[in-house]
Amino acid sequence: MYDGGKILAGLAAFLALALFPFWEPAVGGRVARPEPKIVTAEKRCVRPKAEMRQSHMELLVSWRDSVVRQGQRSYRDPEGKAVTMSLEGTCMRCHPNKAEFCDSCHTALVVAPTCWECHIEPKERA
Amino acid sequence: MRVIWSLVLVGALAAIAFAGSRAGGEAVFAVAVPYLALATFLVGLSARVIGWARSPVPFRIPTSCGQQRSLPWIRSSRLDNPSTGLGAAGRVLLEALAFRSLFRNTRAELREGGRLSYAADKWLWAAALAFHYSFLTILLRHLRFFAEPVPGFVALLQGLDGCFRVGVPTFYVSSVLLVVAAGFLLGRRLLDPKLRYLSLPADYVPLVLLLAIAASGLLLRHVYKTDLLAVKDLAVGLVTFRPVVPEGVGGLFYVHIFLVSSLFAYLPFSKLVHAAGIFLSPTRNLANDNRRRRHVNPWNPPIVGHTYAEWEADFHDKLVAAGLPLDKE
Repeated sequence: MYDGGKILAGLAAFLALALFPFWEPAVGGRVARPEPKIVTAEKRCVRPKAEMRQSHMELLVSWRDSVVRQGQRSYRDPEGKAVTMSLEGTCMRCHPNKAEFCDSCHTALVVAPTCWECHIEPKERA
Repeated sequence: MRVIWSLVLVGALAAIAFAGSRAGGEAVFAVAVPYLALATFLVGLSARVIGWARSPVPFRIPTSCGQQRSLPWIRSSRLDNPSTGLGAAGRVLLEALAFRSLFRNTRAELREGGRLSYAADKWLWAAALAFHYSFLTILLRHLRFFAEPVPGFVALLQGLDGCFRVGVPTFYVSSVLLVVAAGFLLGRRLLDPKLRYLSLPADYVPLVLLLAIAASGLLLRHVYKTDLLAVKDLAVGLVTFRPVVPEGVGGLFYVHIFLVSSLFAYLPFSKLVHAAGIFLSPTRNLANDNRRRRHVNPWNPPIVGHTYAEWEADFHDKLVAAGLPLDKE
């Protein structure tokens, strides 16, 4: 007795499932890679661009802790300039375009930041 | 000693990837190696499974943990001692999803006075379960790099996995469980003298490799953060066969992807192929129906029968001469 048919059917099912990322684009279509769009009011950010790209979430959380837990709102950037720690007042003065700036990467990489659980999302033109 | 060799081997793999990517071999480690590893994995695994599929089905081994089906008024155990294919499928599924064989793990100890005692030991089962499900979760979470748009369940899975919301980027439950469980499985082999005696490099290499993959992945997420958009470009390029070599992802990323490639290429040739083999465990996937269904081995010689009618025809004349009665009249 042989059970080759059943075993090969199982193998085929596994291969179809395992190769999902390969056949999925053919079925589901593809979306172009997002590039965050920067609208600047200031000349430079509070930290260098490369550093912000890598660890802006840490800075934002440290600002949140400092403001919410210590009531401390002033931050000195690397060049000694005083900045008010405020997401809506400081960050979003240069980056009001949440959909084009924040969401472009966050959606592509399935990152769900908790900012908007307390802050009010900016109203953008549709 | 055997674990040292495994450490040296995995360390050498990591060093090759780190130095190689620094020396201008980014395209090799980002594109060529993953493709080669995937091809090795698919072809190797298929070859193993096809080899098993060509083997005859063994005689059913009723290693059962329950009452066999017999008389209608004796309750039988349908999953532990299945009499139907469906019951056997259920037993295989429970084995693959809940590791019931490991749940029966016992531990033998020599007590004072030379008394040998056996006790239930569920830690192996618990660690194996934690490890395998964390690994599956992590594998599925990585779909966020390969698929665009990302399937909805990935976000759901990440939300559940990161439900404790510790730190930014969030520490995932599965990351911690994977490291703890794989660490336990390694420690178990190292600390128990009986197991250390039994363990071979082939037992240590997968564990060390998995721990190294987990360590490099955790470092990439929490300490030496890499450019995830560049990583996604690479992953999407690989699955659409339009590969791009990412820029500025760092040496550690190449270590991670090279170790993962090594794991995939190594899987079909190592004990890790139990991922496919578990479904072909003869004591799990065959119903206990030896007494009801005839088992035919393919190497059995054909049975040449000789009926009474044929015998009567052979000796017809002699039977008539002796005055014996004939059936064929």
